Amino acid sequence: MKVEGGIRFIILSEVVIPLLLLIFGVYHGVMQVLYRAGVLKTDSFLGIDYYQGLTLHGVINAIVFTTFFAVAFGNAVVLYLLKKPLRSAVQWVAWFMMVGGTLMAAWAMFTKRATVLYTFYPPLIGHWTFYIGAVLLVVGSLLPFFLDWIPNAIAWKRENPDKKIPLAVFGVFVNHILWTIMIIPVAVEILFQLFPLSVGWVDEINPLLARTLFWFFGHPVVYFWLLPAYVMLYTMLPKIASEKGKLYSDPAGRLAFILFLLFSLPVGLHHQFTEPGITNAWKLIHAMFTFCVALPSLITAFTVAASLEYSAKAEDPSVKNSKFYWWTRLPYLRLEGDKWLFSYLFAGLILFFFGGVTGIVNASYNLNLTVHNTAYVPGHFHTTVGGLVLLAFLGMSLYMVAKLRGTDVRFKGLAALAPYIWMQGMFMFSYAMMVGGALEGFPRRTNAGLTYLNPDSPLYRPEWVGYAQLSVVGGILLGIAFVFFLVSFFGTLFAPKVRESVVEFPIAEAYHDAPTPVLNNLKGWTVAAVLLAVLSYIPPLYDVTQRGVFHNSPAYNEQYPIPLKQLQQTEAKTKELSMKEDR
Amino acid sequence: MDRAERNALTVAIVLLLFFFVLIVYAAKGLKIDLPTCVTDVQPFKEGKLIQHAPDRYELHVVAKMWLFDFNQGNTEIEIPAGSTVDIYLTSSDVVHGMHINGTTVNLMAIPGTVNYMRYKFDEPGVYHVVCHEFCGVGHHAMQGKIVVK
Repeated sequence: MKVEGGIRFIILSEVVIPLLLLIFGVYHGVMQVLYRAGVLKTDSFLGIDYYQGLTLHGVINAIVFTTFFAVAFGNAVVLYLLKKPLRSAVQWVAWFMMVGGTLMAAWAMFTKRATVLYTFYPPLIGHWTFYIGAVLLVVGSLLPFFLDWIPNAIAWKRENPDKKIPLAVFGVFVNHILWTIMIIPVAVEILFQLFPLSVGWVDEINPLLARTLFWFFGHPVVYFWLLPAYVMLYTMLPKIASEKGKLYSDPAGRLAFILFLLFSLPVGLHHQFTEPGITNAWKLIHAMFTFCVALPSLITAFTVAASLEYSAKAEDPSVKNSKFYWWTRLPYLRLEGDKWLFSYLFAGLILFFFGGVTGIVNASYNLNLTVHNTAYVPGHFHTTVGGLVLLAFLGMSLYMVAKLRGTDVRFKGLAALAPYIWMQGMFMFSYAMMVGGALEGFPRRTNAGLTYLNPDSPLYRPEWVGYAQLSVVGGILLGIAFVFFLVSFFGTLFAPKVRESVVEFPIAEAYHDAPTPVLNNLKGWTVAAVLLAVLSYIPPLYDVTQRGVFHNSPAYNEQYPIPLKQLQQTEAKTKELSMKEDR
Repeated sequence: MDRAERNALTVAIVLLLFFFVLIVYAAKGLKIDLPTCVTDVQPFKEGKLIQHAPDRYELHVVAKMWLFDFNQGNTEIEIPAGSTVDIYLTSSDVVHGMHINGTTVNLMAIPGTVNYMRYKFDEPGVYHVVCHEFCGVGHHAMQGKIVVK
């Protein structure tokens, strides 16, 4: 489908801008393994200190890049499948809010005004521009959904009353419904707790309430990252695997998306298993719901594998009766047409297998005591968000840029190899982090090279050295893979135009299909999801506001062990004194 | 839903149920449970190690930027092997973590709240206590020791 002018620029820039930031995000990822292993025994490198870089790494990679991509991908998918023009005015307002918010938050982080990590747990507090920037970014990302995609879908439905909404659009919609709901608790946290504290309107905060509101958002957000990748796995991967490929079951895809809508929200307490002030019965209930939200991914594992089997057998009938041999017929490393994209989704799937297994460990209530806040946790989420999500987003970014610019994918060999090198790097990195974390208690979020991995320090912990060194090898491989991708991406972006600019996706048809009116009732399921989320959060919210917290806390800056207010008063006094002396 | 799909779904549900039953058994049967909401102990300002009996201790830990106060400012304490310790934990400033390496004691210290866990130190040795939540620029030097003799 042809796409011109402003909309084309908007979608392109929503892919390119976060990728430019991602270059810094990945750069500091590589730096972190060097810091942690004690290769760099320093507080800072090139003016960026460890925790500041960690904040940037988290915010850019996990929040900015993913949010921008979800909007760009949603715009393109809805445009392509519903064939209705997007509204420029809406898109521009959203674009300015997202880019403006990102710039505000980036300014605060790059100038060391908000070294609070991407979870921004109070009472550590950053500059107000960080919080407002984040709010602008996420609220801006909602506008296209409400003012563009929904009206277009209603109009489409009116014209096609007896058709189901296409599965890819269905997935994008479920994703943005989830996004809308989960933004409410974090918006409450930021606008009523953190922002007033950061500008000094209030002096104190309830840190446990803030954490509970944060994880009400912080868990479903990982599914907000994941669902665009699932849309690709369901609707596009079979077609990329083979021209004759089909999605094994359309209703199974819809069921998986509905289960995500229901169970992504009432699970946030599994991030708070080791926290005080929350009755552990509610923690067990959230653990149970977390097991429920594993189910749609297990369904997806089956459906995607079945689709791949169908595609491989359709391509080569000689493996038709084999149970295992068809696995050898998939286009693992092929350069013709769009087959290079298979590398991205496949390498991502392999990593996601390990991400899923380790995620179930994390969710397992008391088992979490052995891994909570150790390096195991980053080991886990680098195989999910740094595995499937990132690889799917990078591959699709390259694909969309080539189509939108009307160019050929350049350096296709590098592009197709990158995901496998990334996968190998991630295996080494995650293995080291997970084993070191679970067995030896190697902590996360710690500049360990200065103390724990420094033989000259009294805090030296030799048992962590081997794991940290293995993670360095992994980190360097990840860096190389990302450079391979960048060469191909920017080569493609600046290549000469050889055909029309289009929005286009390789959408597979369904092998099994059914009308499934119950599953398609998004309104009903949304109401159910909200009800379940609210019910499961009433008891913990009561605990953290009425029972478990004895007093509120003043704000702190990460540099000083005294409250920020006291610090500012002392500073003001010293200034006054020195001015008096000057006179 | 065809047969293969139904089988896959059944296997997935049975597997998850099996895991969940094991968890509940470990929590309620073996008493390896998570910290809960403590309402009978107020947040305290000073670390204290109180001995109730030869092998029963009560440990009040204050996590602060950037040390663990185990006993009146001490970041290192000694207890005999085989002691059962009731650990109470609070924070005097920001959020901290407290992981006693090699044990299941893994707690968050949140200002204004009290966290609690009981642990029996059977094996003698040095137990390193690591802060595993970012708490400012001194975070990577926040470590304490429990020496079990």
